[in-house]
Amino acid sequence: MSIACDVRLNTRLSEEDRAKYQNGEVIQNLLATAKTIAIVGLSTEKTKASNMVGSYLQDEGYKVIPVHPKAEEILGVKCYPSLSAIPEKVDIVDVFRPASEIPGIVEEAIKIGAKAVWTQLRIINLEAASAAKEAGLEVVVDRCIKMEHGRYGGMLHWAGMNTEVISAQRRRNLGA
Amino acid sequence: MSKHDFGFETRMLHAGQIPDPYIGARAVPIYQTTSYVFGDADEAAHLFELKQYGNIYSRISNPTTAVLEERIASLEGGTGAMAVASGMAAEFGTFMTLCSPGDEIVASSQLYGGSLTLLAHTAKKLSIKVTFVDPDDFEGWEKAITSRTRGLFVEIIGNPIGSIADLETLGEIARRHYVPLIVDSTFATPYLCRPIEWGATIVIHSATKFIGGHGTSIGGLVVDSGDFDFSGFPTIADPTASYHGLRFYDTFGHYGFLMKLRAETVRDTGACISPMNSFLLLQGLETLSLRMERHVTNAQKVAEFLAKHSKVAKVNYAGLPTHPHHDRAKKYLPKGPGAVFSFDLAPSKGDVRDAGKNFIEKLQLFSHLANVGDAKSLVIHPGSTTHQQLSDEEMIASGISAAMIRLSVGLETINDLLWDLDQALEVV
Repeated sequence: MSIACDVRLNTRLSEEDRAKYQNGEVIQNLLATAKTIAIVGLSTEKTKASNMVGSYLQDEGYKVIPVHPKAEEILGVKCYPSLSAIPEKVDIVDVFRPASEIPGIVEEAIKIGAKAVWTQLRIINLEAASAAKEAGLEVVVDRCIKMEHGRYGGMLHWAGMNTEVISAQRRRNLGA
Repeated sequence: MSKHDFGFETRMLHAGQIPDPYIGARAVPIYQTTSYVFGDADEAAHLFELKQYGNIYSRISNPTTAVLEERIASLEGGTGAMAVASGMAAEFGTFMTLCSPGDEIVASSQLYGGSLTLLAHTAKKLSIKVTFVDPDDFEGWEKAITSRTRGLFVEIIGNPIGSIADLETLGEIARRHYVPLIVDSTFATPYLCRPIEWGATIVIHSATKFIGGHGTSIGGLVVDSGDFDFSGFPTIADPTASYHGLRFYDTFGHYGFLMKLRAETVRDTGACISPMNSFLLLQGLETLSLRMERHVTNAQKVAEFLAKHSKVAKVNYAGLPTHPHHDRAKKYLPKGPGAVFSFDLAPSKGDVRDAGKNFIEKLQLFSHLANVGDAKSLVIHPGSTTHQQLSDEEMIASGISAAMIRLSVGLETINDLLWDLDQALEVV
């Protein structure tokens, strides 16, 4: 069962687009059911956001598959040069690439049958997002997958962040 | 699932605490612990690398304190917050996080005496230059800003002369010059004014005052709006030597400033809040709206009473139509301009300082002490106490006179407060 809340802060999306691409119920459901997350643009540098997010998702029990044009291995796992080269089923395609590259990534995500496309904070391409949605994928835009996992699991709160979640129900942990 | 906007009072009681899955305690548990057992060695390493959420040591974070942090962030409409040992620690931590040696702060000249000495003397030891300006001299603010300015600092309700800062205009100046506006909102609390809505980037509180509300605990809060683009701001955007070249803004985005404050400044300077104090301040926050309503009602009645009294020369309360900032108070603080204000005793034959002393000593209900924002009414003579370290010039710039008495109006029966002031004024 998901927690009802309206997360308004820290996004550049309009109210209308927030309803489409930042639906709390969709996000909680995705994070609770996904097993495999491909990260496009996962950096080899340990202090970059993408590397920290990948490391976090591994810690939380997800299988992370890095997509990188050159690297062979990041975070101890094999990299693939493109989404199409991944030989297994991908649940979420998480993207750390500029907005201009999103249409190509969405096209590939549709082709490999991914369940969802997720573009990180400030990576916004609404046309591509709409194409993914029309193809039946779940779409999240301008949110950080690590922060959202922490928001609903209760860990983001430990960092003093305003999660915007209000509930008197006893917390149930979000499973990976 | 229907969306719903929760109101201020609901968030006062619930924001930041969801009953935990193991025990389900309804009150906020007091985690009186210094440290936290790691799940395994990898988790320990990831926590230290800031890759994993969690607690390491209560100097940096603590689960009881986290409830206070999220709650104030929710009430102020900020992206997050950090609680520290005191309001002064909140100010120092903010300036230390924003500034490097050679950087500058432009500050209002009408500030709490402790803030003035921090900026005028202690900041100088760190080679941080501070320029003071009259808060209403907007041209003065503009002129004082240089390429090294890292923040504008003002109190929403000036201590002790009750001036009201023009937040919207200052916010506009700050935005135009690409510097954060830092607002000390201690006297207002988020119930009376939310500075972020008027253009502030960072809001500071001495939670010791109205937030705690009962004079039991010292604590400070720093809230960040999350809206300021720190990408060209050296101290927040540049690689840091203390985390292997991590760029706080690049990696943590809208949470970059607060992460740097927590994981660097407070980690290294050590001004953490005790979990017990966080708990007590939270107890206060739960009734903030109810107390503030009564504080401002009583303050207004006391101010009106004093304004009519023959032994009183002047009352500095923006709730009175005679105050130069009365209209501004109605704009920024429509529920009332707080409950801390000062007044000048009428001139008398002897030394005016003696008159002040005699008045304070005759008061039976107002407690003579150096604090404000208690549920009980308080009184002090700023010239010989809170602002006595100031030079005569600084005193004039702060708007303080020798005859000035400062009140913090509490929640007692209003007739008793008026009776007490009246009988004490007889000695003047």
